[in-house]
Amino acid sequence: MATLSLKNLKKSYGEAHVIKGVDIEVEDGEFVVFVGPSGCGKSTLLRMIAGLEDISGGDLEIGGRRVNDVAPKERGIAMVFQSYAIFPHMTVRENIGFGLTIARVKKDEWNERVNEAARILQMEHLLDRRPSQLSGGQRQRVAIGRAIVRKPQVFLFDEPLSNLDAALRMDMRMEIGKLHKQLDATMIYVTHDQVEAMTLADKIVVLKDGKVMQIGAPMDLYHEPANLFVARFIGSPAMNLIDVTVRETTARGHVVEAASLDPVEIPTATPGRAGDRLVLGIRPQYLTPSHDAATGKLHGKVAFTERLGTETILDIARADGSKLVAALPEDALFSTDDEISLTFDPARARLFLPEAG
Amino acid sequence: MASKLTRSNRAGWAFALPGFGLIALFIIVPFFFAFGLSLTNQRLISPNPTAFVGLANYRDLLGLGVITLEPERDAGGQILRGADGTPDYPRVRNFTRNNPDHPRLDGMREWFRWQSGDTQKVVVAKDVVFMKALVNTFTFVLIVAPLQAGLALLLALLINQRLRGINVFRTIYFMPVVVSIVVVSLLWRFIYSGDNGLLNNILSVLSFGLFRPVDWLGNPSTALGAIIAMSIWQAVGFHMVIWLSGLQTISPTLYEAARIEGSSPWQTFRHVTWPGLRNTAVLILIVITMQAFAIFAQVDVMTNGGPRDATQTLVFQAVQRGYGKQDISGGSAISVILFLIVLSISLVQRWLTREKN
Ligand SMILES: Nc1ncnc2c1ncn2[C@@H]1O[C@H](COP(=O)(O)OP(=O)(O)OP(=O)(O)O)[C@@H](O)[C@H]1O
Ligand SMILES: [Mg+2]
Repeated sequence: MATLSLKNLKKSYGEAHVIKGVDIEVEDGEFVVFVGPSGCGKSTLLRMIAGLEDISGGDLEIGGRRVNDVAPKERGIAMVFQSYAIFPHMTVRENIGFGLTIARVKKDEWNERVNEAARILQMEHLLDRRPSQLSGGQRQRVAIGRAIVRKPQVFLFDEPLSNLDAALRMDMRMEIGKLHKQLDATMIYVTHDQVEAMTLADKIVVLKDGKVMQIGAPMDLYHEPANLFVARFIGSPAMNLIDVTVRETTARGHVVEAASLDPVEIPTATPGRAGDRLVLGIRPQYLTPSHDAATGKLHGKVAFTERLGTETILDIARADGSKLVAALPEDALFSTDDEISLTFDPARARLFLPEAG
Repeated sequence: MASKLTRSNRAGWAFALPGFGLIALFIIVPFFFAFGLSLTNQRLISPNPTAFVGLANYRDLLGLGVITLEPERDAGGQILRGADGTPDYPRVRNFTRNNPDHPRLDGMREWFRWQSGDTQKVVVAKDVVFMKALVNTFTFVLIVAPLQAGLALLLALLINQRLRGINVFRTIYFMPVVVSIVVVSLLWRFIYSGDNGLLNNILSVLSFGLFRPVDWLGNPSTALGAIIAMSIWQAVGFHMVIWLSGLQTISPTLYEAARIEGSSPWQTFRHVTWPGLRNTAVLILIVITMQAFAIFAQVDVMTNGGPRDATQTLVFQAVQRGYGKQDISGGSAISVILFLIVLSISLVQRWLTREKN
């Protein structure tokens, strides 16, 4: 267990700057998830922490020690790869004990530690099988076993679940969460799946193009996205984003309006003056539809409804053709082409500066 | 599957026909021809009608006998000794020429002998040259197979690195494979030449003139070794490429996993590379063995089987006998024997290297 600190970390391949100065602090025992779209540099960052890629600039500290130029083995990390990376010719037992074999651990201790890892992962009955005789989830568990047997200070996971089917992914997600509590270890977990990020993380780091967009607890990111990118990325269904114009500025925020939005005051700290264009963000869960056009400030026509059982998703077309999504807790009586208005609590709406360009 | 192959694939079969035809015409038919001929007394050109002789050709090739020679004694039972104190022995030809007591040994000639106490054991063979060819061929295979495979693996490991200009090395190592073996053999005749050969010159320079020039190909004790060295050099590039293709099937993440565990280069080779090369190793071993058994061109160009039959080989004998001496049936018998040897060795190799489970 250890703290981890990334200070202005950079990575370039020749002229291609892949990581452009990243600062992250990881507390001891924390579960941190790096999340971001494909190609944003999540894996690269993780591999830099692991020591598989060298660091072009900045400092990497593990447990207070600068480890930029320290060999992977000496960093006290263990890594679980997306493709499992377990050895096809070894049994499960040999795979789990690989790190101990390399470290020339004595036979007794070797057995003891491998058995303990197998017990934690509940795979004692699989120890003598070969990887080809295992399911995908079991293979990934072997890879995790190989990581925990060495009792590393920091666990690194690179999209460990993306090769699994949806149901299994959920099981394994919970198991990894459980494992984190059980081992009380620092873990860094890379994924592009925001659900995994939300459910597992103590702290989420949202990355885009090699830069940190926001760092925070899952619910902070959900409620207070720092920018449009994070707003779009976190939450499902995605946040509704409406281009609005500032009508006037008040003590608490701005009064904004748009084609199918009656003027409404939104409390915010986002700067703006009358006439500025901003983006209003409202989570689908915070929209309440009504057949009465006078009830709500937002107007549209039901495009179609999706019943998911636990909630109903309403797709709404606004007058200018743009789309809104409302998520209702129960089956609601709205049918296609109904003209509706939507109510929302202005305190739960957010205002963002539009993205440049 | 099979029915589809035969039924609805007329065009496919038509395309395959020329290939099949040629293989049948030049490989399968000749093989059965050789087998049939080896049971007759057919000569290349002969006025006499061909007769079936059963296994006589094989007996003429493989016939072996051991003669125990007691020293000559005088009337009193004392061993007669020559001027230098060595005992006198009866002559071998007393046993093998028209000796009614030993009809089996008739026509055999001495191959080699050894001393045990005062008696001498003499191994006689029907066909001493064939026996030498057999021993030389096995020697050749036993030395070439492991050395060539090992050297090729070493080169493949060296070349399987991402370094600038590595392709230059790949090309250089592969070049001898592209050049005709006949051309290579001619060149190496100059290298090995006794009076002003390159090898002698180099050795003489390296040893400051102490090295006495050797006629590498004209000396019975060095000729086979010279051919072995040159043969290893010539084909090593080919097997290097096969190893290389095997190396590239090993997933790079396996190496990364090993690196994170702190695996040393040797441990990585032992636990990751070598197990991953298993199938390649089987292939290479079988290919080298088969190629080595077929050694012909080098001998034909460089030594013609000499000096004093020191570089006779089975294929060379088969050709020399069949076409040089016009003894087609004898040559056929040799090729059938070679076929059986290679077949049984391949089967044994496959059995030894089978997947154990
Ligand atoms: N060896 C390399 N040379 C040049 N560019 C590279 C190299 N390796 C990665 N990159 C670039 O670095 C960027 C980040 O790659 P990385 O693998 O970290 O993405 P990622 O966030 O893990 O994406 P994914 O979710 O698809 O795994 C990509 O744009 C990629 O093209
Ligand atoms: Mg990745």
